[in-house]
Amino acid sequence: MKKHLLIIGLVILAGRVSAGDWTGFRGPFGNGVSDEVGLPVKLDIEKHIAWKVDLPGKGLSSPLVVGDRVFVTASGGTRQDRLQILCLSSIDGSVIWHRQFWAMGSTMCHSKTSIAAPTPVTDGVSLFAIFSSNDLFCLDLDGKLKWLRGLTVDYPNARNSLGMASSLVLANGILVTQVENDSESFVVGLDRGSGSNLWKINRPKSANWTTATVHKNKSGKEQVFLQSGQGIHAIDPDSGNVVWHYSDGASTIPSSALKGNMLYVPSQGLTALELSKDGKSFKQKWRSGRLRPGTASPLAYRNHIYSLNNAGVLACADIDSGKRLWQLRLDGPFGGSPVVADNHLYVFSEEGVAQVVDLTAPEGDISSKMDLGEMIQCSPAVANGALYVRSNSRIWKIARKTRF
Amino acid sequence: MFTSKSFRQFDEKGIFCFVKHTRIVLALLVAGLGNFEFGQSANDEFAKSVATLRNVGGEGKGNIAASQAMEYLSNSGKETIPALLSAMDGANPFAANYLRGAIEVIFNKILEEGGSLPLIELGEFLLNKSHDTKPRAMAFDLIRRTDAEVANRLIPGLLGDPSVDLRREAISRLLIQASGLVKENKKPAAVLIYRQALDAARDLDQIQTIASELRELGRNVNLTQHFGFLTNWNLVGPFHNKDRAGFDEVFGPEKNFALDTEYKGIDENVTWKQYATDDEYGMVDFNEPYGALKEVTGYARTTFISTSDRPAELRLGCKNAWKIWLNGKLVFGRDEYHRGMRIDQYKLPVQLNKGTNIILVKACQNEQKEEWTVQWQFQLRVCDSTGTAIHSISKTDAKVVAK
Repeated sequence: MKKHLLIIGLVILAGRVSAGDWTGFRGPFGNGVSDEVGLPVKLDIEKHIAWKVDLPGKGLSSPLVVGDRVFVTASGGTRQDRLQILCLSSIDGSVIWHRQFWAMGSTMCHSKTSIAAPTPVTDGVSLFAIFSSNDLFCLDLDGKLKWLRGLTVDYPNARNSLGMASSLVLANGILVTQVENDSESFVVGLDRGSGSNLWKINRPKSANWTTATVHKNKSGKEQVFLQSGQGIHAIDPDSGNVVWHYSDGASTIPSSALKGNMLYVPSQGLTALELSKDGKSFKQKWRSGRLRPGTASPLAYRNHIYSLNNAGVLACADIDSGKRLWQLRLDGPFGGSPVVADNHLYVFSEEGVAQVVDLTAPEGDISSKMDLGEMIQCSPAVANGALYVRSNSRIWKIARKTRF
Repeated sequence: MFTSKSFRQFDEKGIFCFVKHTRIVLALLVAGLGNFEFGQSANDEFAKSVATLRNVGGEGKGNIAASQAMEYLSNSGKETIPALLSAMDGANPFAANYLRGAIEVIFNKILEEGGSLPLIELGEFLLNKSHDTKPRAMAFDLIRRTDAEVANRLIPGLLGDPSVDLRREAISRLLIQASGLVKENKKPAAVLIYRQALDAARDLDQIQTIASELRELGRNVNLTQHFGFLTNWNLVGPFHNKDRAGFDEVFGPEKNFALDTEYKGIDENVTWKQYATDDEYGMVDFNEPYGALKEVTGYARTTFISTSDRPAELRLGCKNAWKIWLNGKLVFGRDEYHRGMRIDQYKLPVQLNKGTNIILVKACQNEQKEEWTVQWQFQLRVCDSTGTAIHSISKTDAKVVAK
């Protein structure tokens, strides 16, 4: 017993992530689901803004939260070529450290997006931040640069004039980096200690803004699902080898949602794939053309699947059959994806309106709205009893006063 | 590289910097030869760490050693900042960013501890234009973050600076002045200040602002000339681009681009046609002579006469798949369609020959039918690394140059 306590203690001292941290795009499991309870549901701008802090640049990446630290990326400068990584105190929003690097790749992108579009990822020891310029930085959580990569310097045609947005994922300890575009399109598995290539595979020559999902089987072995216009390729993160391929096509904007051994793919509307126990195959369980997501990624929570379309309509369907149960019009449009905690769905519109939907209501019910007054395109982070959301100019912590 | 002369008049701190700089430079030179036995002293360790960062290469090569070097350099004192900036001279982009990372850590530590920066050394580094533009711009940032008043005093002297970021500061200042003069109804003075700003401006947004103000004041502005867009071309096409295969296919103009050559096109033999654009931003539009075709490839050829052998940049804007050759040698190509276009979208370093240079551009149009995929066009200019236009000289002048 003492030995176990010692191990647990050492793990904590080593700074690993703990339950409640928000460690990557759509959270630690990449599904937008949080175990947090006690978030405010009747949002009130006078009562629930714990702090707001100006950022030194634009961005739509999601914040990450590890313990009492919030990490966020931004891009600044006339040419958007100043890549910024900030660490803030979750307590009061004060800047703990701020690092700036020069973009090495292209900083051209559509005016609506930003060079700080992809969300970083952390293992609780290091922070891995990638930008639309395909520049990748690994820092320790105190802001010391450990290594960097300039993937467009290494592979000069790896770029997208509209901007890149796929976020990083960690699987089996390997940093899986999607650089999918019309020309030099690939995914590379990087050693998280050195940033060197462990493997590199060619991908469909087509722009792609989705983020991979990571599935862990019961033995703890992980598998990565790469989504593209060609469908889903399940790959072994240790080798990059393709294990299986779902070939009915898929969206290149919203990403898949994972729950247990089910993968919900934005394909032909929404398609549910059941993963085999050995991870070597899949079986299509249902498909619904009425659940087609827009930009926001779908969300699987408890017995339901939620999909938000480009008209701002939130659809709820039975998770086992795909049968639509109800739909609710929200104030859209939405560039970011929703998150869910304690039976409430939180989503921020591009107009900056936070909306909370009570999922226990028979046909869903909008519990509250709160206008932050700025364009928001990020998916919020949920940690420590609070929501963290950012615009092109600032970041907010939203919580009950007792959590300020 | 810095000159030792510029450091000789320093106080004690400055002399230290000179010694440190010299050691670094020597260490870098020797480390570059690969046979240097580094000592254990702090200075040698510093120099070794800097050399390690400068040796980082592509695909993560040298990252592990760099991580250890970063650990050492990040714990250095503030007096090392000018030396770390110097070490960026000639460094590759990976090394420059590593060095930047080390400086950021040191700088933030100084701020936290309430210490002061070596402002004089940083200022002298900034003013020494033999250093690379990025570390000089960083020196300015550090000065501004430390003492905004000192930075503000330096700004007027940055007009015409090799660093586009630095000259931008001075131009912004002129725009404020000129705007004030307009409000005071001092039109001649305003026009001249705007002219001065335009001459120095390299950023599109500033150039467009100035052009708009000058035109408002009744003055002519030739943006085509300012940017140096190439406007006189010969075009040939259409060749096919079925299934986007034309990008890789070698059509006749890639084998022989002589203007009197006839090629097999899609339906018939095709020949070069003279084409001149009067678009202010030099847009060469294949749809004009050939119609709004789909799944086609076209070529454009122009002659550029340079006064000397010199480095230059071809700067391209294009939303079609494209390839560029200079004097028959492929410079670069990219098979992306309709993802966006802007001035200076691609910056391609080249070496111009004294006299005649032939530029050949291949532009492929794909099968997409949407309204925003009609364009089959590009814009190209020749400039130096700051974006200053290099103009082709006339054939008459070329004969003089040749002599």
